[in-house]
Amino acid sequence: MATLTMPVQEKKKSIEQEALITGAEAIAIACKLANVDVVTAYPIRPYDTVMQYISQLVADGEMDCEYIVAEGEHSQFEIVKHASACGARVFCGSSGVGWMYAMEALTVTPALRIPMVAMVGNRALDDPGAFGVEHNDALAVRDLGWLLTWVDSAQEALDTALIAYRVAEDRRMFVPLAISCDGAFLTHSQALVQIPSAEQVKKFLPRYDRGDLLFHPDNVISVAPQANEDWVTEIRRQNYAVTEIACDVIREVYAEFEHTFGRKYGNPFFEEYMTKDADVVLLGMGTLSTPARVAIRKMREEGKKVGFVRLRWFRPFAGPEIAKCLERFKAVGVIDRDFSFGSPNLSGVVATEVRSAMYTGSATRPPVLGFIGGLGGREITVPDLEKVADSVFDAAKGIAQPLTQWIGLRG
Amino acid sequence: MGQLFAVEIIYRGVFQKTLAKNITRDIVLAAHNEGKLGISFGRYGDSPERNGIPAKSFAIVANDEQTLQEGMAQYEPKQVDVTVVLDDTLCKGTESWAWYGLQPVHHALKPGRTLIVVSLQDAPELLKTIHRNEQPYKLAVLKGVTSFSGMWVFKDDHTDVRVLGAIAKAFPEIVSLQAVERFITEKLKSPLKVTSAKTAYDRFKTIDVKPGEGNPEELFKFALPEWENMREGVSIKGQPQGGPYKDPVTGEVGGFRPARNELFKKYSSRTQRPVVNFSTCTKCTLCWLNCPDASFDVTPENTYDANLEACCGCGVCEAVCPVEDCITMVNESQFKDNNSQYEAFKKDKDAYLKWLEKTIESTEPIEKRSHGFRYRGQYQEQVPEALEVARKG
Repeated sequence: MATLTMPVQEKKKSIEQEALITGAEAIAIACKLANVDVVTAYPIRPYDTVMQYISQLVADGEMDCEYIVAEGEHSQFEIVKHASACGARVFCGSSGVGWMYAMEALTVTPALRIPMVAMVGNRALDDPGAFGVEHNDALAVRDLGWLLTWVDSAQEALDTALIAYRVAEDRRMFVPLAISCDGAFLTHSQALVQIPSAEQVKKFLPRYDRGDLLFHPDNVISVAPQANEDWVTEIRRQNYAVTEIACDVIREVYAEFEHTFGRKYGNPFFEEYMTKDADVVLLGMGTLSTPARVAIRKMREEGKKVGFVRLRWFRPFAGPEIAKCLERFKAVGVIDRDFSFGSPNLSGVVATEVRSAMYTGSATRPPVLGFIGGLGGREITVPDLEKVADSVFDAAKGIAQPLTQWIGLRG
Repeated sequence: MGQLFAVEIIYRGVFQKTLAKNITRDIVLAAHNEGKLGISFGRYGDSPERNGIPAKSFAIVANDEQTLQEGMAQYEPKQVDVTVVLDDTLCKGTESWAWYGLQPVHHALKPGRTLIVVSLQDAPELLKTIHRNEQPYKLAVLKGVTSFSGMWVFKDDHTDVRVLGAIAKAFPEIVSLQAVERFITEKLKSPLKVTSAKTAYDRFKTIDVKPGEGNPEELFKFALPEWENMREGVSIKGQPQGGPYKDPVTGEVGGFRPARNELFKKYSSRTQRPVVNFSTCTKCTLCWLNCPDASFDVTPENTYDANLEACCGCGVCEAVCPVEDCITMVNESQFKDNNSQYEAFKKDKDAYLKWLEKTIESTEPIEKRSHGFRYRGQYQEQVPEALEVARKG
């Protein structure tokens, strides 16, 4: 493994460096810092920027790993699955229909307790073929045991990738984890990022130890045999046990991250912006946070008490905490960059989950309006968000609003 | 609630899949002639499509819709009125729904009800292999050659209608002889089959099996792991490598015995087993190399002893053995245990070789003991033979 034979030109500096990089590049650098052993790749936009950066790091002698270009996404995810079973720290990723093409491999990975870290460059599912962001690709694995997180900046992408390895490779967890980065908005725009030193990362990230699950001649085990029907319930229950403790592990790791690197993320599961005295809030995931912050500042100037909640972790979904957070507002508007055709109230995925969490976890029952927009990479504009907020304010006043509305729609 | 009846057919995967399906379907259709309702279904799994694996088909019959639902509300009947065993070698035990040990063939039989076995053996002989039951039951033998055919072939040797006739006698509440006759006449359109069913009905007789009577062997079983103590990651511990074989008589150590999964035995799928003549073996290794289940132990003399807990009876060893009469596949019903043949050979060579000769003589020539058909025209030969046995009944 690379940890034993590292010929990488280690930078001796222990202080952080600043660089102007994209979210994709930030994740590539995190892979280098995490000393990833096996990387598999297959090009699809916008994920492919990560594989390009990693291949460049390898070519430049800055990173030492097995870099395998597979013949398709299915093999790409299968290869890292097997490498991880053999004790390698792995990285892979995909986008849109590429992610869906790997679906069988994605499905089997959680039950085998493989701590794979993947980057999903969120992209609209075909058809029509389009490059822009939509969250349905990553969300397709939401029920299968994957951990899913959405980041909104290059800095957070880098930090979250390091956190991801620590969370996924925790012996209590051993489940795959996907970091979602909005296509274009995050994957392709450069921002200033603080890059931690290799020493700091080494301190933060222990060696991946697969223990008794290591697939190795010295630990003879058979993985994924055909099991009779009668075993399946117990195997599912084991994965359920991971979700029972996932929030606690994530909280621990964020505290450790803050302790090592000094950067604070506060509540790991969601980030609140100007919510303290807010009457209503908007809620969404990913890079929506940027126009949302601008819109909220603008509306605040107009005297409208509105805030924003950015959901960072979708799986695990911190249901009780979200419910407690949202119960204090008069109305909530959830903006989904996804769709869930035929769902209750015909809302997007996040709105449905938020309503579900609040049904059991909130003392109050404020209206939760769903908004679908920004599909296929369409911009969600500040005026769009102002319209959304107006509708949410109306709901707060008791003026009936549709439970689901489309925003930024022509016609 | 009205009356609910269930019939269970235990059969060999692939070889008897169509036969079993036809019988349970016919029970329901015949009972429907009398105004009853019913469903027919097979135990879900891939056993029906696996060579020789014990499998099950069921027929549930009720007087009314709601009662039928009571029967349908469970995965498969837990208690049946009649169990039919279509191959007597299944009497050594069947597999449960998901493998966790052996079950006796009367596992689901209600106390006092009837177990019907298609066999050429007599009831007392069968009771040497059928495990003990704490409850009394009735045992009937339907004299006949085991009806084996291929995946898609139905061997029309009247086993189906003879079973129907036997069930009508054993438990007329499920289906009467008149209903069976009417069904065969109208649907199968064969007067000859009506006669076969009626003959089976007339000749049907049972013996009473007392509690505790039967094979005293302890059924193989093990505790199922719970979710908290099961290994994670859908992984199972590998087997150790195995080690040398200790000669049971001389104590000599040598050869090789592979370690085997203690929880997974394969013998319940066996309809025939290899018997080995250790004195003619040339130690060529072919049986050992070709065995798909690594079931041969290498003895200190470098001969090969089929481990009969691991052997599934496929017959590959016989096919590849270059020595005439060294490995012979023999009908499993000849045997009452899984003991080592090498041990018997070492203890008394002459006695073993005599036993071997007698055992091989009692089995049919290779072309007759196939599963299904080995050559074109065999069907035409086998069906009249089977009918002849049935006639003699």
